[in-house]
Amino acid sequence: MTPAPLSRNAAENLRHPGFHHSGNTPAGGIRARLLALTLAALALWAPSLPASAQATGDLGLVVERASGSLLVVDQSERASIGRITGLGDLSHASLVYAPDERFAYVFGRDGGLTKVDILAQTVVNRVMQAGNSIGGAISDDGRFVAVSNYEPGGVRIFDAETLAMVADIPTDSKTIGLVDIPGSRFVFSLWDTGETWIADLSGGTPQITRIKGMGAYPYDALVTGDGRTYIAGLFGEDHLSALDLWQESPKPRRILPGYAKGRAGLPVYKMPHLEGWALAGQDFVLPAMGQHEVLWVDARNLEETGRTPTHGQPVFAMSRPDGRHVWVNFAHPLNDTVQVIDSVTKAVIHKFTPGPGVLHMEFTPRGHEVWLSVRDAGKVMIYDTETFEKLGEITAESPSGIFFTARAHRMGL
Amino acid sequence: MNRPAIILALIAAPALADADPESLRRLVHQDCGSCHGMTLRGGLGPDISPSALTHYRPEDLTTVILDGLPGTPMPPWRPLLSEDEAAWIADYLLEGESK
Repeated sequence: MTPAPLSRNAAENLRHPGFHHSGNTPAGGIRARLLALTLAALALWAPSLPASAQATGDLGLVVERASGSLLVVDQSERASIGRITGLGDLSHASLVYAPDERFAYVFGRDGGLTKVDILAQTVVNRVMQAGNSIGGAISDDGRFVAVSNYEPGGVRIFDAETLAMVADIPTDSKTIGLVDIPGSRFVFSLWDTGETWIADLSGGTPQITRIKGMGAYPYDALVTGDGRTYIAGLFGEDHLSALDLWQESPKPRRILPGYAKGRAGLPVYKMPHLEGWALAGQDFVLPAMGQHEVLWVDARNLEETGRTPTHGQPVFAMSRPDGRHVWVNFAHPLNDTVQVIDSVTKAVIHKFTPGPGVLHMEFTPRGHEVWLSVRDAGKVMIYDTETFEKLGEITAESPSGIFFTARAHRMGL
Repeated sequence: MNRPAIILALIAAPALADADPESLRRLVHQDCGSCHGMTLRGGLGPDISPSALTHYRPEDLTTVILDGLPGTPMPPWRPLLSEDEAAWIADYLLEGESK
């Protein structure tokens, strides 16, 4: 639905739920006039009608990376309904939603942290919190927003309401793979030192747990939807590392050891992304580094269960919300193509070329549609995930990340 | 170079054979920018704006672009770029938008 200004009827229904009147009877006319007077009186003292009366459950934001703006989109209308500008350098930007699905926190490459209101379509607050940042997360209770920084490194934590800094966690390293887990905690990894840290914000000051030995150069990480398993991809190792966060003292465990053994690594023109949509049926699906394949591991014992050769080096391997299919896009120069893999047979069942520069994919919350950012075509393209039929497209300026509001209620996103 | 990389090079070569400055500039900001940031001021990879590269001679920078930096995430671009194209990019990085 489109967030137009509230209509008179909507306003009446809002103020008087369950009150029915008819304008075509005398009584109805009087009631209507009384109501109008009441509304006028209300308008004298009440704040203007709350914009939050507009539902946000099928809205979303698309990052326009070159122009520093966000496109506000409506899932059911398959349309753009506005634009929020003035967010700085949004190349590689990402965002998280407040639990109310009204406010979003945008992490810009230039170190800007911006809070936007998707109903009013405005910037609410903006702070330059570092020189160069990569992403962020919001705590389970919605109180804290954490930002992962490249320059000067470390993680900074902000009050979600005011954007005042509440904690500074220097690491002497670029930080990556920042996610939220239950208990007002954040988990992130250190590119330069191969550690994973857990920051617990449930008390007055953050309590840090340092876990060493994750492996060389963790480039990104994910946490599963239950907040239990944290998996870091490693640029400098021929394996990934996993932590069981339900253990009292989580210990790194190598998964997929030697997955590229005996095979020359291909040049990596874009690092893969790891996010919490890895679970497909009973397996996790993960992009290989430097190989044209995705890798499958059993979600319970983390042993390899298969590999699927792909068109190029995967960037995102995203499980549809039901887990039945996995959609994969690829690194430069093969980034015009998308493949769909069946989670049961692990075979590619569909391949198509939406256009140049497919950067990002986002499923509607129950997975009936997928929206693709096709950067160099300047479009967001919308497909049916069962028939693979194209359903529509939206013009956008160099679109990258697409973020639907349902992420507000998912851990690790 | 292993077989997939050769195939990759064969696929990519025609696309860039008649590369013009506009498409190279785009490649620098969009694809080098994956690691170095779209403004080239750094990301997971280092700052490669002109002021950060003053210690590089153009020919050395061209070699880094073509052959990468082993032991770091900087990949060799030789499978995708000609020597002339790499030299153009090196000049562009050193001189900035004045190029």
